[in-house]
Amino acid sequence: MDYAYYPGCSLESTGIEFHMSTKAVAKALGINLVEIPDWNCCGASSAHARGHWLSLALPARNMAIAEAAGLDVAIPCAACYSRSKQVEVEVNKSEETKAKIEEIIGRPYTGKSKARNLTDIFYRDLGPAAIAEKAKKSLKGLKVLTYYGCLMSRPPELACDDIEDPISLDEIMTALGAEVIPWGFKTECCGGSLTACRPQVGMDMTKRIMDAAKKSGADCIVTACPMCHSNLDMRQVQLSKAYGAYNVPVYFVTELIGIALGMSPKDLGINRHFIPAEATLTKIGKTSEGGEA
Amino acid sequence: MTLNEKQKQNEELNREFLRRSGVNVSKCYQCGKCSAGCPVGDHMDIPTNKVMRLAQMGLIEDAMKSHAIWLCASCTTCTTRCPKGVDVAKVMETLRIMAKEHGYVAEKNVDKFHSVWMGIIGTMGRMYEPGLIVGRNFSTGKLFQDTSFGIPYIAKQKLKLVPYKSGNMNEIKSLIAKAEAMDREERGNK
Repeated sequence: MDYAYYPGCSLESTGIEFHMSTKAVAKALGINLVEIPDWNCCGASSAHARGHWLSLALPARNMAIAEAAGLDVAIPCAACYSRSKQVEVEVNKSEETKAKIEEIIGRPYTGKSKARNLTDIFYRDLGPAAIAEKAKKSLKGLKVLTYYGCLMSRPPELACDDIEDPISLDEIMTALGAEVIPWGFKTECCGGSLTACRPQVGMDMTKRIMDAAKKSGADCIVTACPMCHSNLDMRQVQLSKAYGAYNVPVYFVTELIGIALGMSPKDLGINRHFIPAEATLTKIGKTSEGGEA
Repeated sequence: MTLNEKQKQNEELNREFLRRSGVNVSKCYQCGKCSAGCPVGDHMDIPTNKVMRLAQMGLIEDAMKSHAIWLCASCTTCTTRCPKGVDVAKVMETLRIMAKEHGYVAEKNVDKFHSVWMGIIGTMGRMYEPGLIVGRNFSTGKLFQDTSFGIPYIAKQKLKLVPYKSGNMNEIKSLIAKAEAMDREERGNK
C-alpha cells in the first residue's frame, strides 16, 4: 500500500512522537509512506481566519504534488487532514473552484488524489483484525479512553468517522486487547487553538475533559491529533499547578499500536511526553488485582 | 435608531456577508442547539444563536463587534448538529474575516496570533514554533507566556530549533499573494 505522506508542521516538533511512531508502525504494517517533497504548512489554524482562498490554496499545493505522483495522501494530524480534505471536496464540487485553485497554485489539481486520515487508513484499508494479527503482544490490562477531538468527526462533509460516536480508535484498541472505557468526551473540543491566545478559556476546556478522564477510572487517553495531544499532555502541568494533581498519560494511537507490535517505548517517542507515560505501560499483561492476565 | 434604520445602515455589509459566507441564514429558526453544544459558550459575550440572529436580521456590524466570533474554536459542533443544516461555523468564520478587514477586532490577542502565524508561513513555508511563541509574546506584550515550557521541550527534543525553510519560497509567496488577491477581489465584488 503506497501513500504520499504529509506529516505537517507539528509532527516535526511538538508532536514528534506521532511522526516517529507513525513511520515505525506504518512500515511494520506494510504501508509505504512517501513523504511529499518540500511540503508546506496547511494553514491550520490561522489561514481560515484570514481568507477563504488562502485557506484552500495552502493545502492545495501539497495535494497537487501528491496527485502528480499518482498517490492519495496519508495525514496523521487531524487538523492538516481536515484542511486538506476541504480542498479536495471543494475542488470536486465545482469546476470554477478547481480552475481558481489551479490558477492560484500554478499546478494542476483535479481532486483525484484524496486526503486520507492515517487512523482511517488503519481502520478501513487494513482493518483492526489485520493489525491485531501482526501484534506481538496484547494490550490486555490497559484501560483506555479514546479521544477523537473535533476534526476527525466534524464537520460531516469532511469527517472520516461517525459525527457523534466515532469508533475507529475504539475498535483498533479493542482488537489489540485494551479495554475501552466509555465516556462522553470522545469528540469534545479541547480548546487547543485557544490555549495559545486566550489561555484561561482554553484551560477551562481542557480541564473539563481531564476532570472527566480522572473520574473515569481509565489508565490513559489515546488520541490521533497532535494538537489535542500537546494540549492535553502539556497543559496538565499547568492544570496541576492551579487545581491539584493531573497526571493522565496521553498516547498517540500509533504509540500503542507500536507497543502491541513489540516496539520499544523509546523508539516510539513515549519517553518524550510531559506526563510520564512509560510506567503506565507496565499495566499491560497484568490484571487489576496485580496478577498475570 | 430604529431597527429599520439600522438595517438600512448595514445593507452594504449584509450583501457582502451573504455573498461571502454563501450561507442561507434565513433557514435558522432559533432553536438554540448551536449554543447548547458550543464548548466555548460560557466564555462568549453573546451566544452562538444570537450571532445567528444578528446575521439573520442583517445587523452585521453588531455581529462583527462581538467577542464570540473570535472565541469560536472552529470545532464545528454547531454546524454538525444544526437541524436546519445551516453552516453556523462558516457564519462565524466569515464574520471573523470581515471583522478583521473592516477594523472591528474584539479579541486583539487572537488576531495577533493569526498574524504572527501567517507571517511565519509566508517567510518559511512551514511553522517554526519558537518563532511563533516569541512573535506572539512580543506582539501581545505577554513576554513570558509559555516560556516555562521552552526548556522541557528542548530537553525532550520536541522542538525543532533550526527552522526549515522551503526551497520553493517564491512559489509559496506567489501562491499566498494570489490567494489574498482573490480574497480581496471577492470582498469588493458586488
